[in-house]
Amino acid sequence: MNRIKQKLQEDNKILSIYFSAGYPNLDDTVKIIQDLEKNGVDLIEIGLPFSDPLADGPTIQESSTAALKNGMNTSLLFEQLKDIRKTVSIPLILMGYFNPVLQYGVEEFCAQCEEIGIDGLILPDLPLDVYQEEYEDIFKKHGLINVFLITPQTSDERIKAIDDASEGFIYMVSSASTTGTKQGFGSEQSEYFDRIASMGLNNPQIVGFGISNAETFEQATQKAKGAIIGSAFIKHLTANGVDGIGDFVKQIR
Amino acid sequence: MKSYHADERGYYGEFGGAFIPEMLYPNCEELRQNYLSIMEEPSFKEEFHQLLKDYVGRPTPLYFAKRLSEKYNTKIYLKREDLCHTGAHKVNNTIGQILMAKKLGKNRIIAETGAGQHGVATATVCALMGIQCVVYMGEIDIARQAPNVARMKMLGAEVRPATSGSKTLKDATNEAIRDWINNPVNTHYIIGSVVGPHPYPDMVARFQSVISEEIKYQLQEKEGRENPDYVVACVGGGSNAAGAFYHYLDVPEVGIIAVEAAGKGIDSGESAATSALGKVGIIHGSKTLLMQTQDGQITEPYSISAGLDYPGVGPMHAHLYASGRGEFISITDDDAMKAGLELCKLEGIIPAIETSHALAIFEDRKFNTDDVVVVNLSGRGDKDLQNYIDYFKL
Repeated sequence: MNRIKQKLQEDNKILSIYFSAGYPNLDDTVKIIQDLEKNGVDLIEIGLPFSDPLADGPTIQESSTAALKNGMNTSLLFEQLKDIRKTVSIPLILMGYFNPVLQYGVEEFCAQCEEIGIDGLILPDLPLDVYQEEYEDIFKKHGLINVFLITPQTSDERIKAIDDASEGFIYMVSSASTTGTKQGFGSEQSEYFDRIASMGLNNPQIVGFGISNAETFEQATQKAKGAIIGSAFIKHLTANGVDGIGDFVKQIR
Repeated sequence: MKSYHADERGYYGEFGGAFIPEMLYPNCEELRQNYLSIMEEPSFKEEFHQLLKDYVGRPTPLYFAKRLSEKYNTKIYLKREDLCHTGAHKVNNTIGQILMAKKLGKNRIIAETGAGQHGVATATVCALMGIQCVVYMGEIDIARQAPNVARMKMLGAEVRPATSGSKTLKDATNEAIRDWINNPVNTHYIIGSVVGPHPYPDMVARFQSVISEEIKYQLQEKEGRENPDYVVACVGGGSNAAGAFYHYLDVPEVGIIAVEAAGKGIDSGESAATSALGKVGIIHGSKTLLMQTQDGQITEPYSISAGLDYPGVGPMHAHLYASGRGEFISITDDDAMKAGLELCKLEGIIPAIETSHALAIFEDRKFNTDDVVVVNLSGRGDKDLQNYIDYFKL
């Protein structure tokens, strides 16, 4: 069974952490993943840096730019991760924009992921219809779960279509925003969390965007299966480097 | 019949579509579902055409350039978009989109701009309609285009610097898209070219299509036929070209010539000739040709002309190139500047440097004596005076 599905069956209040591969230093990727697992993180999203990250706020833009400047690229990331399954057993997801995957070759990319032991992909600018028409078979052949996003503006009808196309979980964007832009949740989020929870979707939801500390993690996971922290963790890396990852995780839960 | 227009899903052959994150889906979907029906509404058409006539100054003349024609031994007509209010064709699109935004009930406008022409055209129509306007512009472009920044401010727009990435047009576009993600309900994004996710390329092309609509009847008056032998236009993102080509796309006997900026030469590493240097990929939500590294990172183009300095090209043009329907020529900085000065001397018209690229093809690309060649004179050169001064040491 795919590690993502397994994990979602076993645990509640899933803590997922995102970081940009190749940041702060080119060779930090493996150590960050190992330390996150050691400190009890449930799921990791490894960011494949892109020159033009449209859906990201300043923090992830800067970490992506720095990672590219450090020399990160798709082939190098695969090289860094080739032995990752010898030491790490939690689910690993690659998250990035579609163009670098397209240039690598979608089939090739998916085959590499399978070989390494990557469990899923999040490609926010690969639309649902194109995925289903052109790439779903390839993803499935290589055992990869494709994770789709929904937002407070997504219609119920489309949420149902996304739920039908999903396996694993739905990435629930907490507000109309880019990453790291908004802090905390208000009544708008509570209503949205309630609305989604009451829809009886097949797939559990993991909330992302706007989660930065224990309080927001707790709020997000009251109704949803888990929560994703990205920008706050990257800020921690910027300030502290790769030391003290445990301290960061402990202040979340 | 095979068509070179967008299909229902916004594809030109394999190019186009809407490769957007889910956060943008409701915005684009709202526009996609409504743009064609709104453009068909009699009240929309009436207001659009009235403003193009009384405010923009349309129809723009189709001028037979006698001395230029003599020099190159063919019949050259200039479509005078440089005479539009604000100095270029850009305003055709911003008039259309501001009316679209009003119909959709939006009360805030955002736009991106490179050299500032589209920013000025957007700020202009926002002032006209009394709507709030925010223009994103790369920090580097703000520094080198001070007069246009001042114009936008005088027109009441807020100019926000894009400080990410390379701090130029592509980053300004990224920032505008991010703004739209953060303001999905009340805001309309006025894209300045035939780029971006569906329905933008098709919608902008339709607003600009007034250019070739006029060429057809003007040429009928002057030459007794609607169709020229060739239509020539410069292409950055490609909106003036899309407008000039639009009604001729599916008329095979009309040759379509798209002129890109070679910068310091195609192989110099400082170029914006996307058709020659680009590969298929995704930029700003559209599948098209773009300049990128082997790893799929978008690279920074170069041209002396800020309006052609875009690493991609609209999906219509990518398809014209890939299908062979269009002839693509690239022109260096030097040849463009020379052609710009030549038009000043021969016809008394100071063209924008973008437009000068289209004018520069006559040196090498020869036409028959009785060929009718229409060049879209997309903009005037006032904004480029400093560049001309520096280049020619005037």
